[in-house]
Amino acid sequence: MKVKNNVIINMYLRMKRIREFETKAMNLFAEGSIPGFVHLYLGEEAVATGVCANLDDKDYITSTHRGHGHIIAKGGSLNEMMAELFGKEAGYCKGKGGSMHIADATKGILGANGIVGAGHNIAVGAGLSAQYQKSGQVCVCFFGDASTNQGTFHEALNLASIWKLPIVFVCENNLYGISMSQTRHQAIKDIADRGVAYNVPGVAVDGNDVFAVYEAADEAIKRARDGQGPTLIECKTYRHRGHFEGDAGAYKPKEEQEFWMQKDPLPRIEKYMIDNKVVTPEELEKLKAQVMGEIDEAIKFANESPYPELASAVQDIYSDIVEEGRVR
Amino acid sequence: MKTMTYGEAIREGMRMKMQEDPNVYILGEDVGAFGGCFGVTAGLFDEFGPDRVRDTPISEGVIIGCAVGSSATGLRPIAELMFIDFLTVGMDQLVNQAAKMRYMFGGKINVPMVVRLPGGAGVQAAAQHSQSLEAWLTHVPGLKVVFPSTPQDALGLMLSAVEDDNPVMYVEHKALYALKGEVNDIKPIPLGVGDIKREGNDLTIIATGKMVHEALAAAETLAKEGYDVEVLDPRTLFPLDKDLIRQSVEKTHKVLIATEETKRGGYGGEISAIISEEMFDSLDAPIVRIGALDTPIPFSPMLESYVIPNAKDIVHAVKENF
Repeated sequence: MKVKNNVIINMYLRMKRIREFETKAMNLFAEGSIPGFVHLYLGEEAVATGVCANLDDKDYITSTHRGHGHIIAKGGSLNEMMAELFGKEAGYCKGKGGSMHIADATKGILGANGIVGAGHNIAVGAGLSAQYQKSGQVCVCFFGDASTNQGTFHEALNLASIWKLPIVFVCENNLYGISMSQTRHQAIKDIADRGVAYNVPGVAVDGNDVFAVYEAADEAIKRARDGQGPTLIECKTYRHRGHFEGDAGAYKPKEEQEFWMQKDPLPRIEKYMIDNKVVTPEELEKLKAQVMGEIDEAIKFANESPYPELASAVQDIYSDIVEEGRVR
Repeated sequence: MKTMTYGEAIREGMRMKMQEDPNVYILGEDVGAFGGCFGVTAGLFDEFGPDRVRDTPISEGVIIGCAVGSSATGLRPIAELMFIDFLTVGMDQLVNQAAKMRYMFGGKINVPMVVRLPGGAGVQAAAQHSQSLEAWLTHVPGLKVVFPSTPQDALGLMLSAVEDDNPVMYVEHKALYALKGEVNDIKPIPLGVGDIKREGNDLTIIATGKMVHEALAAAETLAKEGYDVEVLDPRTLFPLDKDLIRQSVEKTHKVLIATEETKRGGYGGEISAIISEEMFDSLDAPIVRIGALDTPIPFSPMLESYVIPNAKDIVHAVKENF
């Protein structure tokens, strides 16, 4: 498949944004600027990027607890994301959601999600909306390998298949459900095989090769838009960090880590771009500098935003009711 | 004026909203040509077709989840769970998704969905098909909960529930489906507005769902013995019409709360606590609560009627305490 240079550069920028955003988030968490939990997408950049490069703003995605990469790939604002991680007023959710609950309706991002497997069923609803309103939209449902052991996976693929909903189920098989390796949490190797049970085509691709992901997603998304129903894409990838920051990942064998670092998607796309003269080395450096500037700007934006007013804690629960506050 | 059954009134409410708004649709188990387990959606499939009255597999998680995802993207689903007891299977989608999304996302996504939840005992459906789980729902910020007791309220509350931009849990008592009543107003009843079902001066009985009828029957009996009982039906459990409760308590100074749920941890306890905290000065006697015994609902008719509360229990409690 021939991918146009501007598409490649655009994908590279998104992957680099994810890489640098997550690296900064890692450091900021370590120094205490970001409270709570953060689950980093480092190492999996090619998956969200290769898929979302095929989507428009109006298309939907559902995301996971490891959602930063999906949101950046779908075009989310780095400023509002970083401010949300900081718990600031200018964050995507006004500081009410944090890392695990970032959403942007204007970009079709139906939310990161703290419940493993919850996005599957929400994606069915978004897919139904698109089909019902004949809007031509598709919904991409991102999820991890371990979530395919939840009942929601079964319920959602079954219903999406019988209703022929325009959904692409994208499994990021990063080999671990928290500390439990795939070999221990399920008795299959290829999650794509699970599609057979629902009469849903299942394909497994190298999730660290952004072109392989792009191509598989292109075909699945066309199929979905064409009314032929859902596809299950399994992207084999690896998370560089632990499940969350603070988890040292001691359960990941050293040889395994070394093997996967050889397949790191960022150097791969950079090498491809240079080898194929998509950009010159100087242009590549400029792109890197551009991304670093964007990330620095996002951190500045987050730092400068105030914390939310306490009164906002009782707002936004309902569209029309503000709950009682507390006098202190 | 029109006479309808409670079940027909629920259906009429749904039909009116579906005629008005093409984005309103129904989904659930056997809600299509079959007409629903209790016949509540009968005829709607013929009128609106398979796209708008959608049979789903037996998958409560995805029924609620599909309602969440489609309501967040522009539709107005009415999901039917065959029994409120099956909420357990879809609880994550309701509690962690539907109820939380608006807040977690900073108020930027609305989830305008209705979940119909047939609850209550009295039809020998035993422990997994007879529960009154309203308190699970009122406990969750982000959900609204209605519980109509009459055909008039069933219609008016359905119209409001579908119009509401938030997740509304529409609890219906399955023993009331055949109850006939006059429906004088074909218009929405605002959520959070209670109703005095019988006026009285000596004592307020706050009752929900089928217990409203038990309270009315008890009030008739008690009238013969000189008690002038007021029966207050909140109709909406959240938001709760505290103003109406206050007005009634300030008049009667005595309160009995009658709900069919197991008493331990029930919503009746919440109402009682609100009155104690906010209206204590108006009370002349301790609040009395009537609920089901703290057991699962047994099957055998004699056992079931022993466990769930009825008019006699209310009469007895009034005489004993007031």
